[in-house]
Amino acid sequence: MNRNIKDTVVEGITGVSVLLIIFIIVSILAVTIVGGWSKLNWTFLSEFPKDGMTRGGIFPAIVGTAAMTLIMAIAAVPFGVITAIYLAEYASEKSIMAKTIRFAVKTLAVVPSIIFGLFGLGFFISFIGKNMDILLSGGELKWGQPNILWASLTMALLTLPVVIVSVEEAIKTIPREMREASLALGATKWQTIKNVVLPGSISGILTGTILAVSRGAGEVAPILFTGAAYFLSDLPKSLSDQFMSLGYHIYIMSTQSSDVDATLPIQFATTLVLLLLTFSLNAVAVTLRYRIRRRAK
Amino acid sequence: MNDFKVKVKDLSLWYGTSRALKNISMDIPEKKVTAFIGPSGCGKSTFLRTLNRMNDLIDNVTIKGEVYVDNINIYDKNIDVVNLRKKVGMIFQKSNPFAKSVYDNIAFGPRINGISQKSILDEIVERSLKQAAIWDEVKDRLFNSALSLSGGQQQRICIARSLAVNPEIILMDEPASALDPISTSKIEELIHELKKEYTIIIVTHNMQQAARTSDMTAFFYMGDLVEMNRTELIFSNPAKKQTEDYISGRFG
Repeated sequence: MNRNIKDTVVEGITGVSVLLIIFIIVSILAVTIVGGWSKLNWTFLSEFPKDGMTRGGIFPAIVGTAAMTLIMAIAAVPFGVITAIYLAEYASEKSIMAKTIRFAVKTLAVVPSIIFGLFGLGFFISFIGKNMDILLSGGELKWGQPNILWASLTMALLTLPVVIVSVEEAIKTIPREMREASLALGATKWQTIKNVVLPGSISGILTGTILAVSRGAGEVAPILFTGAAYFLSDLPKSLSDQFMSLGYHIYIMSTQSSDVDATLPIQFATTLVLLLLTFSLNAVAVTLRYRIRRRAK
Repeated sequence: MNDFKVKVKDLSLWYGTSRALKNISMDIPEKKVTAFIGPSGCGKSTFLRTLNRMNDLIDNVTIKGEVYVDNINIYDKNIDVVNLRKKVGMIFQKSNPFAKSVYDNIAFGPRINGISQKSILDEIVERSLKQAAIWDEVKDRLFNSALSLSGGQQQRICIARSLAVNPEIILMDEPASALDPISTSKIEELIHELKKEYTIIIVTHNMQQAARTSDMTAFFYMGDLVEMNRTELIFSNPAKKQTEDYISGRFG
């Protein structure tokens, strides 16, 4: 084959691939917007589902998703920041400990999300929850069943790698001269981390948090067994309550509804809300990350 | 004997297996300016950083020998490096103020030492900035970011920040190499003022600067201390040919 023809073919294949991706994204958005836009209004966002979820809004699913991701962030962010500090500041690159943690973080990031769900069920509910019930209330069932706390903690495990990687990346962009300036003034290592490194890494910590929240808001598998409910007539009031979530709501509406066709606009509108939520969170994270990278240069 | 603030005995340093300093011995007088000169890579900055144990931060560095500050070997096992660095301050080649206000930069050292009373901090900040000859320029914008100042001002902020922890020795690693001539001359005037109270050790690749500012000059070449003497003698009548070649501009 002539070289020029080869070039044209390669260019054609790469171009088609790119077009295909754009086509997929545009289709998802177009179908969702066309199907759900008319349904999307304040009432839809602020009402409970009605009539066997064939009418009404998705308020409890929004609140449930928000509450779950908040609790998740409270658990995942401090833990992730502490781990990132260890990896970036204390562990020597070549130490077995650091290598082990890095391997664990990478592995954690590729574990299928349904496995986290099963782990949450086995560890948080059947082990920790059951034993809490035995210790606190003589075995009466309270913590040994799915609830928002266990679901959030399970989700925290899933999003932990995102936090660790973002924060470590931010910590590493703090120039060595800044640390040296602090140490040369007689600051201890911890004082340097607390007063120089962490304040300089704030945007990285924020990026990690937002990425974790946007990931956690969209995932369904980890909360399937650990706390998400089919339908609740009330909002969660305590950590031992179950909750509704946007992703799970879409799944329920499209597979379990008594009248799937009647709920189609609700499904589309719910999908649209979830997409808008994760897209905007990601946009904020990308902007922050861009600013960090620019500083690193 | 006791006029010497720092005494170095047989100091060698390796980065991995490559030897950067070879059996350096020298005595550095108190409340004088001592300049280290020599071509790039001769070990002068590395040597400076052994005096406040800044090289500890770098992996894979091996140090042999002794460094006495006030007759205490700072490489002794039970030396508290944090206390050493309070006593031996350091100014870096690239000015490195924190991304904080001028005030918070100067107060950083006192604060990590547990001073939190505002009146005391105010007093330290003002005194340090005055000592660093930058008070008049920044007194109206103490709470602006230090990064908004010019390069020369930033470097004097760094000097003030270092003075705020009451060091006895100040190490300066090419403090004016990134500055314009006017800022450089301000730093040099400042060095002249500071030596009344502090022992100053300055690394410079600018021989005029060494000649202008220092009382003693040490010439380093390839990890060796070639020659150290009173500055006017080094520049007028060096004992070693290598020194003469370097200061007369024949290499380096």
